[in-house]
Amino acid sequence: MSEFRERIEAAIPALRRYARALTRDAETADDIVQDTLVRALRSEHLFHGGDMRAWLYTILTNLNRNRLRTLARRPVVSPIKDTDATTSGPDSGGRDIVRALEMLTEEQRSALLLVVLESLTYREVSEVQGVPIGTVMSRLARARNEIKAYLDGERPALRRVK
Amino acid sequence: MNDRDHVSEEELNAYVDDELPADRRGVVEAWLSTHPDDAARVAAWRKQAELLCHRYGHLEYEMPPPRFSLDRLSRRRFGALAAVAASLAAFMIGVAAGWTVHGMETEKPSDLVRFTNDALLAYRLYTVEVRHPVEVTGDQRPHLVQWLSKRLGAPVQAPELDKQGLKLVGGRLLPGPTGPSAFFMYENPSGERFTLYCGHISNGETALRYTSGGQNAAYYWVDQNMAYVLSGPMETGKLHEVAQAAYDQIDRRTAPPG
Repeated sequence: MSEFRERIEAAIPALRRYARALTRDAETADDIVQDTLVRALRSEHLFHGGDMRAWLYTILTNLNRNRLRTLARRPVVSPIKDTDATTSGPDSGGRDIVRALEMLTEEQRSALLLVVLESLTYREVSEVQGVPIGTVMSRLARARNEIKAYLDGERPALRRVK
Repeated sequence: MNDRDHVSEEELNAYVDDELPADRRGVVEAWLSTHPDDAARVAAWRKQAELLCHRYGHLEYEMPPPRFSLDRLSRRRFGALAAVAASLAAFMIGVAAGWTVHGMETEKPSDLVRFTNDALLAYRLYTVEVRHPVEVTGDQRPHLVQWLSKRLGAPVQAPELDKQGLKLVGGRLLPGPTGPSAFFMYENPSGERFTLYCGHISNGETALRYTSGGQNAAYYWVDQNMAYVLSGPMETGKLHEVAQAAYDQIDRRTAPPG
């Protein structure tokens, strides 16, 4: 196997983790990871060295954004949550961290997860999201305050669907 | 206290994330020792990180399912049919090996998930077929419906989708995760194909739901122990309209009288 492929393969578990937290749905997450891998394999010629993980996170983040846009165009759809799938976990039912993630905008959620879960640096996140570092920092700060407010039991702001 | 001693919210975040320049660490730590509110926020943020890692961290140690095999995914370059063949083969292997002895599968998919997967697979496999897309053609509609109802042991229906610009190409009998399944194919004048896949399921009822995979998407629902999956091309707005029409007709048909 080529070094390019080996590096992609090594990133799969982390991509699944990020996608699962980003979408909060196991099936959707794995579909996006699969699309990310297919796209990466096809784009080998576009990858000029550098950080493979950040590159893959960028593809995944963009695919998820496209998915949300497509969903937004379809109004009468109930959420993509199969009640049979193990999406809620043992800590469901109350104000848990998964529900808290729902309170965030997509950009805030992505910034927080890339930093906290995936251990990317602010600079890497700014490359993934295509925004200045200052924007990443304010997304992070807002995300953390939003989650804290939610877990502390405050009423969520009327924003939600993004 | 001068400006250099003031600590901003962003610096607190950077402190938590280890992004702070070395010369600011001491300043922030001194600040936290005299500002209990900020110290509590920093602690809460660290707790959030802990909760997230606790909730999602296990995926890092989980063996990825076979669907992520790069060899398999790269074969997709040779066209959709190769991908279908590969996933069909993988599906057969999965069936042969059984879910329980399949060490890499940590979550057994529900019947409904397997059902929608099979339906999408059948969609991809048969809608590209030019000469033999169906076993029984749409001009024999009564015979087709009667035959499939008999094989499923329950009345099935091929909805009328003329108002959506679709004509029935025909149908076929297919194996499904829970027994025989009925498969109907529709086509519009521009050649776009939509399929309805249905079969028995023990789950309760659900509303119309959406799922997608690759270039295709599906709406699925369960009504009176029968699961229905309406599949079609993802990027056209038609799918929801078609699914809603099929859903309404089947819902009306099975609604209790009165």
